[in-house]
Amino acid sequence: MAVQAASADRADRARRYLVPLGTVVGLVILAVGTVFLADPKGAANLLAGIYDATGNATGATALRNGQGDTFLAKLILAGVALIVGVGGIWMVFSGASAIVGLLKPKMQARIIPWVFVLPALTLLGIYLVYSTGVTIWESIVGDKGFSDNYGQILKPDGLAAIRNNIIWLVLGTGGSVGLGLVIAAMFDRVRREALAKTFVFLPLAISLVGASVIWRFVYEWRPASQPQYGLLNAVWTSFGGQPINWVATPPINTYLLVLIMVWLQTGFAMVVLSAAIKGVSTEVMEAARMDGANERQLFLKVVVPIIKGSIITVATTVAIVVLKVFDIVYVMTGGRYDTDVLAVQMYLDKFQFFEDGRAAALAVVLFVAVLPIMFINLRNLRQQGVGK
Amino acid sequence: MTATSTAKPVKGVASVRAWRPMMLQSLPLKVGVLVICLLWTLPTFGLLVTSVRDGRDITVTGWWDALIHLFNTRWTFDNYAQVVNAQGMGNSFLNSLIVTIPSTVIPITMAAFAAYAFAWIRFPGRGLLFTIVVGLLVVPIQMALIPVLQIYSVLHLTGTFLGIWLAHTAFGLPLAIFLLYNFISQLPKDLFESADIDGATHYQIFTKIVLPLSVPALGAFAIFQFLWVWNDLLVSLVFLGVNANVQVMPVALYNLVGNHGEQWHILTAGAFVTMIVPLGVFLLLQRAFVRGILAGSVKS
Repeated sequence: MAVQAASADRADRARRYLVPLGTVVGLVILAVGTVFLADPKGAANLLAGIYDATGNATGATALRNGQGDTFLAKLILAGVALIVGVGGIWMVFSGASAIVGLLKPKMQARIIPWVFVLPALTLLGIYLVYSTGVTIWESIVGDKGFSDNYGQILKPDGLAAIRNNIIWLVLGTGGSVGLGLVIAAMFDRVRREALAKTFVFLPLAISLVGASVIWRFVYEWRPASQPQYGLLNAVWTSFGGQPINWVATPPINTYLLVLIMVWLQTGFAMVVLSAAIKGVSTEVMEAARMDGANERQLFLKVVVPIIKGSIITVATTVAIVVLKVFDIVYVMTGGRYDTDVLAVQMYLDKFQFFEDGRAAALAVVLFVAVLPIMFINLRNLRQQGVGK
Repeated sequence: MTATSTAKPVKGVASVRAWRPMMLQSLPLKVGVLVICLLWTLPTFGLLVTSVRDGRDITVTGWWDALIHLFNTRWTFDNYAQVVNAQGMGNSFLNSLIVTIPSTVIPITMAAFAAYAFAWIRFPGRGLLFTIVVGLLVVPIQMALIPVLQIYSVLHLTGTFLGIWLAHTAFGLPLAIFLLYNFISQLPKDLFESADIDGATHYQIFTKIVLPLSVPALGAFAIFQFLWVWNDLLVSLVFLGVNANVQVMPVALYNLVGNHGEQWHILTAGAFVTMIVPLGVFLLLQRAFVRGILAGSVKS
C-alpha cells in the first residue's frame, strides 16, 4: 500500500514538472513554425532541402526558382500552418495553465482567470480599442487636418455616398425584413416547408463576391444588335424594351445593387421570423379567431405585435450589415456610375489615393452611423433575455 | 431548430400549429411559394448552367436556350479545369483552407476560455471588462484597417497567414465571447460545485466539463465564423493582398472579374468553385447554422 502510494505520488510529481517542460518544448516548436510561416519561400525551401537529401537535384533547383512541385510545397505549408495555428492556440492555454499550476494555490486562484481572458483581451485591445483611438485621432489631425478630412464628406462625392448609404439602409433593410416576414408567413402554411425555406436561405452561404458575379451575369448588357444573354435584358427586350446597361445607368443601378443584398439577407430574416411566428401560442390565435378576426387582421394585429422583438433584432442586424456594404459595390462598379458608398470610398481613399486622414474620417462616420443601431440591437436582445 | 422542423398535421387535433388554419393549403398560396422558390434559385441556377457550357456559345445564346436544346448543347467541364489550373483557383483554394481553419479555431478557443472565466470565476473588474468586450461589437472593421496596417508593416505581418489569422480572430472575438457567454453562463451551477469539491482546477473543469457541454454553441459559432471568413473579401484584400502565393478565393474571384470581365465561361466556373465549400457546409449543417442564427446574430 505504502509503496503504491509513494509511486503514485512520484508519478504525480513527475507529471507536475513534465507538463511545463513539454510546454516549453511546444512553445519552441511554435516559434519555429511561426518563423517558417512568415517566410514566403519557407515551404519551397524545405521541400527543396528534402529533395537534396534524397538526391533529386533537379527537383530541388526547380523549387528554389519558384517552379516544380510548388503544389506539394503548398500542401506542406498547409500542414504546418494548421499545426501551428490550431495546435498553437491550445498549447498557449494548456501550457500557461500548467505553469500557473506550479504556484501556490492562493496565487493560482488569483492568476488563472487572467490566463483565460488575457489572450482575448490583448487582441481586442490592439485590434479594436487602440485602433479606434488611432483612427479617431488620425481623422482629426491626419493629412491636411480636421476640416479637410471631414469637409471632404460634405462635397458632392461624399454627399452622394451618404445618399446611397441611406438608400441601402432603407430599401436593403426594409426589403429584407418585409420579404422575410411575408415569406415566413407564407411558407408556414404549406407542406415541405423546410425544403422551400432552403431555397430562400441558400444565398446566405454564398460570398458577396460570388453573389455579385451571379447578378452581374443577370444584369449583363449587350448592344441592341447583339443577342441579350443577360436574364434581365432578355426579359426586358422580349417585352419590347431597348436593352439597358443596368449597372452603369443611375439611379436604377443602386437599386439593382440593393436587390442583391435583399436576395442574400431575406433568408436570414425569414429564418428568425419564422421561428418567432411558430412561437406564437395557439390559444392567442384561437381567441382572435373566435373574435372574428380574418387571416390578414390576425397576422397584422396579433402575430406581428407579438414577434416585434424578433423583428427589431432582424432589422437592426440587417441594417448594420447593409450600412457597411463594401463587397457588392466594389465588385460590381468599384463605386463608379454614381453608386459609391462610404465603405468603398474609405477603401479607395486609403489604398488608391493614400489619403489616410480622409479614410479615417469616413471610418468614423460609419462608426457613428452604426452606433445607435447597435445600441437598439443590444438593448432589444437584453429585453428578450439574452446576455443578462 | 424549430425553424427547420415541419409538424405534420395530426388527426383529431384541431390546429397543431397556431399559424396553420385549415383552408390555407390553397392553390394560389402553393403557386406563390413555388414562384418565390423559383425566383430565388434562378440566378444561381443560370450561373451553374453557364459554367458547364462551351465558352464560345455563352455569348451567342442565353443559358435558358441551352436548356431548351438540352441535347444540342455543347456541355463541358473544361471551364473548371481551366479555372482551377491556369487561373490558380486550385492554389487559392488551399490558401482559403489555410486561412479559414485556424481563423475559426483560434477565436473559438480564446472566446470559450474567456467566456468561462467571465461566467464562472470571480476576479476584479470582470463585470466592467465583459461590458467593454460586448460594447466592442459596435466597432466596424473599417475603424481597425489603418492602425492595424501600420502595426503590420512594422512587424512584417502584411501578406502572412499569421497576420490574417490574428485579424480574423480579433474581429470575431466580441461576438464569439458574447454568444458563448450566453451559453456557458446558463450551465447548471451544481456542476461546478461538485467539481470544486473534487479539487479540479479551472483548466480541468473547463476542458472536461464545460467544453463537452458547450458543443452545440461552439458548433453553431464555428459554422458562422467559418462561412464568414471563407467569404470575406475586405479583410483578405487589406491584410493578405492579391499576391498569388497567398490570395484567398474571394480575392481571386475579384481578380477574375477585373481581368476576364466578359469571359463568362471563366467567371461562372470560378464563382462556382468558390461556392462549393460554403454550400456544402451549409447544406450538411443547416440545422446547426439555423441554431446559431437564432442564438443571436449581431456580427459587426
